[in-house]
Amino acid sequence: MSDLRELYQQTILDHTRKPRNFREMPDANRAADGHNPLCGDKLKLFLKIDDQGIIADISFVGSGCAISTASASMMTEALRGRRVAEVAELFAKFHDMVTRPLDEQQETEALGKLAVFAGVREFPVRVKCATLPWHALQAAIKKDHVPVSTE
Amino acid sequence: MNASTSRQPRRGGRSESEPPPGAFNPAAIRADFPLLETTAHGKPLVYLDNAATSQKPQAVLAALVRYYSNLNANIHRGIYQLSAAATAAYENAREKAAQFIHAPSAREIVFVRGSTEAINLAAASWGQGHVHAGDEIILSEMEHHSNIVPWQLLARRTGARLRVLPITDAGELRLDELENLFTPRTRLLAITHISNALGTVNPIREIVSQAHARGVPVLVDGAQSAPHIPVNVRDIDCDFFVFSGHKICGPTGIGALWARREILDAMEPYQGGGDMISSVTFEKSTWNETPYKFEAGTPNIAGAIGLGVAIDYLTGIGMDQIERYERELLAYAREKLSAIDSLRIIGTAKDRAAVISFVMDGVHPHDIGAIVDGEGVAIRTGHHCCQPVMDHFHIPATARMSLAFYNNRQDIDRLAAAIEKVKEVFV
Repeated sequence: MSDLRELYQQTILDHTRKPRNFREMPDANRAADGHNPLCGDKLKLFLKIDDQGIIADISFVGSGCAISTASASMMTEALRGRRVAEVAELFAKFHDMVTRPLDEQQETEALGKLAVFAGVREFPVRVKCATLPWHALQAAIKKDHVPVSTE
Repeated sequence: MNASTSRQPRRGGRSESEPPPGAFNPAAIRADFPLLETTAHGKPLVYLDNAATSQKPQAVLAALVRYYSNLNANIHRGIYQLSAAATAAYENAREKAAQFIHAPSAREIVFVRGSTEAINLAAASWGQGHVHAGDEIILSEMEHHSNIVPWQLLARRTGARLRVLPITDAGELRLDELENLFTPRTRLLAITHISNALGTVNPIREIVSQAHARGVPVLVDGAQSAPHIPVNVRDIDCDFFVFSGHKICGPTGIGALWARREILDAMEPYQGGGDMISSVTFEKSTWNETPYKFEAGTPNIAGAIGLGVAIDYLTGIGMDQIERYERELLAYAREKLSAIDSLRIIGTAKDRAAVISFVMDGVHPHDIGAIVDGEGVAIRTGHHCCQPVMDHFHIPATARMSLAFYNNRQDIDRLAAAIEKVKEVFV
């Protein structure tokens, strides 16, 4: 079970039980769906990006496993106030952390609290869970001012 | 080993490790399955994902090695002894498959990769001649995606439409609705025998008889019934029946489509190639007879032979014995799991087999699966290729344990203990 404790860190469980920024955003100017058909995880990510390219607000709704929910929750906390331009590099670092062997790891300081997801590396099937919100984020950023519909 | 090996499938299932005739001996049966001796995360493996695939007894593994060691040659048309022996073994497996489901003739058994391919074959070849724009095919809400999507593809090609028999909140078919779904345009009813997501055993005879009263043929998806209950297609009186070899202790990549001879004879071929033809010229080709016209190319010879041995193994134990033992074990599992507070069983039909789907308050099924895996217990989590079922119950996924005759009460106890760990982590 030691490995599993690495995965299910207290911080992660806390964010699973009480996800932060868990709300719809009627005035969002970007949104995207993230869907992991394998496990049925579904989330919708909302962004408000201002004229300076800064993420003024970010939120999500949906249902997923502990890892994807906590990842979405902590991602929204980490990104509010950051520049959109920083996202790609941050995701690359996060992706490295959860996929590469320990001895090939880059420093994870830049990831701050997100480093708590390092345990995912031992569970390759959970990488999709941890990265689902990030993929949705990238899709949202790429979209050109997609109006948020109720679908 | 040549002429003798050609007869080996007849004996193969029993030669390795035969359970005592007439007596169901779970310990002896368990010892036949090498994989059940392995560990997961350093703990003895408890395998409870049998609805996905079954483990293989030593007899089947040995048959595959024997085939490739002593009998490997391409079948049909070979003039030499080895080819003739391989052909005999392959055709012998067809006989066994026919007997397993009590089909009137082995010529009505088409070897395919599995249930999925069998349904695709029926949809493509039978559908081509029988389903046209405006026609209707009835399915149920509890179908596996493999008994939905092939019909959807057919409907898209032809302009036909699908009609869906709903289920109740217990996970039973709404048979009261069936009569309303039949119209003069109904061409087929395609329905599962046992639900892989809920374990519901459908009253298949009643359904077939209702459809036949309207002149509608029935395809029965037997992927989950063939492993757990005796199947008799003459008794069910269906028109098509499909099952997968890998779910009944056989190798992957082999399964069977059974259909009535006159139906198969009237169907167009599925794929074109060698072995499925009678004659070929650039102007015109004519087809081989049933079932060969559906088996283009070199088939899965080893797989078929392995399936034959698996069938010998199961019938050696007795499908009625297997059914009885599994029902007792399922009742035990239901009792054990029901006693866990915060756990809710999805699918409470009166007649169920081998499967318990469940959810837990505040814990996503994926996390349940990961934590019980850490305890060495393999269960499946997700939508089980039954998204309409998940939608019915307004859940994204379930955790599912599915048992086989080689499971025992200790396996269920280990699962229950592992679920306690889930609660420790999440509560």
